[in-house]
Amino acid sequence: MNSIPFISKRALVPGFIILILLILLAAAPSYSSAYFVILMGDVFMYIILTVSWTIFSGPTGYISLATAAFFGIGVYASAVAGNEFPLLVVIGLGGLASFGIALLVGFLTLRLKGIYFAIFTFGLVTLIETFLRWWELNISHTIGRVVVYVDNTTVYYVMFIILVVLMLTAFIIRHSRFGLALQSIGEHEEAAAHIGINVTVVKTIAFAISAFFMGAAGAVMATRWTYIEPSIAFNPLYSFIPVLMAIFGGMGQLYGPVIGATIFTYLKEKLITEIPELYMVIFGVVMVIAILYLPDGLVGIVQKLWTRIRGGKRAHT
Amino acid sequence: MLVTFLDVVIGGLLLGGIFALIAVGLSLQYGVARVLNIAHGEFILLGAMSTWWLHTVHGVNPLVSLAITGPATFIIGFLIHRTLFQRLRSTSASTGAFEGRSMLAAFGLLFIIQNVVILIWGADIKSYSYYAFPVNLGGAVFGANRLVIFGFAVAIGLIFYLFLARTRQGKAIRAAAQDTATAGLMGINIKWVLALCFGFGAMMAGLAGSLLSMTISLNSAMGLKYTIIAVIVVVLGGMGSIPGSFIGGFILGLVGSIVSYYLDSLLQLAAYYGLFMILLLVRPAGILGKK
Repeated sequence: MNSIPFISKRALVPGFIILILLILLAAAPSYSSAYFVILMGDVFMYIILTVSWTIFSGPTGYISLATAAFFGIGVYASAVAGNEFPLLVVIGLGGLASFGIALLVGFLTLRLKGIYFAIFTFGLVTLIETFLRWWELNISHTIGRVVVYVDNTTVYYVMFIILVVLMLTAFIIRHSRFGLALQSIGEHEEAAAHIGINVTVVKTIAFAISAFFMGAAGAVMATRWTYIEPSIAFNPLYSFIPVLMAIFGGMGQLYGPVIGATIFTYLKEKLITEIPELYMVIFGVVMVIAILYLPDGLVGIVQKLWTRIRGGKRAHT
Repeated sequence: MLVTFLDVVIGGLLLGGIFALIAVGLSLQYGVARVLNIAHGEFILLGAMSTWWLHTVHGVNPLVSLAITGPATFIIGFLIHRTLFQRLRSTSASTGAFEGRSMLAAFGLLFIIQNVVILIWGADIKSYSYYAFPVNLGGAVFGANRLVIFGFAVAIGLIFYLFLARTRQGKAIRAAAQDTATAGLMGINIKWVLALCFGFGAMMAGLAGSLLSMTISLNSAMGLKYTIIAVIVVVLGGMGSIPGSFIGGFILGLVGSIVSYYLDSLLQLAAYYGLFMILLLVRPAGILGKK
């Protein structure tokens, strides 16, 4: 970490805030209600999905809709291996399974440009789901699986740990040569290839790293659902919600997706409990509005305001 | 044995006709307006549900309802493009950025339309029977309604092909498809033409939905499957080519028919997708594609 020149005096204040936040969150289950712990488990999960989506899709501009696939692979890994192994091993297995499949898929498909890649990754979700359902109906003759139950506090802490590891990973990637390579691919892929970046390898690895965390989150979440089947594990919403949360929060800064995911999960929770029949319509409307009017997300708006207040001196921070 | 083979092949072609119609619509929306309309299937859902509603509640003949659902979905599509996608187009830095943003906005539309349909007509499965008597085709037996919808799908595709090839508006659309910016410089009202294309695309989906409702049972989640099929057919046949869409539609229909007969109908979508994967990796411009 010492080699990273970014940790300077300017990072002291945000660093301090993050430290206090971490301590508060780590101690939260001991002083807050059970509802809060469950809700925060959800919030952490969506932050993990959103931030890991942003690791790959943010800098490169490739819209991946495979989040639900990697999440679902994690869920299934947990269902299959949950009885025999301890939770942490299961999470590792879920993450690695997603990582492996992402490597394979990424290597095959990251040659595809823009929109085709998005469709392809989305098709992956449907493909795995229908295949699993067919498999369960015809080969294994079991529909659905029961997952080992883990109590909410453990889910909270495990999600929390995954989240911290993810944030560190995302931070390091952002400030490394690897992150710069990703960014240059997003800006001009051919130019990036010409200056000696192996674009396929860089993209594939970033894709697989993001898939690892999605799979890990899925493996944890499965334990809370206790019963799963293909349509639950591979719900296509898990592909779209992280995209929406990332756009809503803004991808320019690392904390953008975190803020987007936190606000949105809370809103989603409220909407589902208060007006479930309108929830999806509102979801769609917010998605359209966010894409139309918030190209840089909430963070972008705050930054614009900030620049205006400071008189435009720090326009490029 | 021969009869079952005939069954499968004719069944596949009949299925392919409707796939082609759906794909022509998407091909217009993506090929010309550059909007990969993931909500395409939702217009099929709208067409199908309103035809079901008109038929079972108001006693309107499903074929007559085409005259209602077609214009209605056209207007909805036209207005959506004029308001939503036009704004996205003018605020996006590049075509690539516009394609990404418009695809995500279309996902938003998908959720809105699908759930508005649920709010209006409920989430239960619906079906009705129309023109369902059997017809014998050289030993293979099909419902008459399947032949009717095939005929209509091909006729609509043909009419639209002639419209594009022979009329002034059609020429404007073809010019916009080749080079939007230059077409604008030549005096074509681009905003109008693009909205027209999007509207026609939505209309094709609406008409296809009305036709489909005669033969399948409808549920609110059916849209996405047809969107995926349309995308695959468009990639298969090459962007912006109506004959290509029909060839792609027939191929996909045959594959679907063969897979569901010899393997399992659950694997249909997986088979389409497998075909799509191979195609994208081997020949991304499609069978009749130019580049």
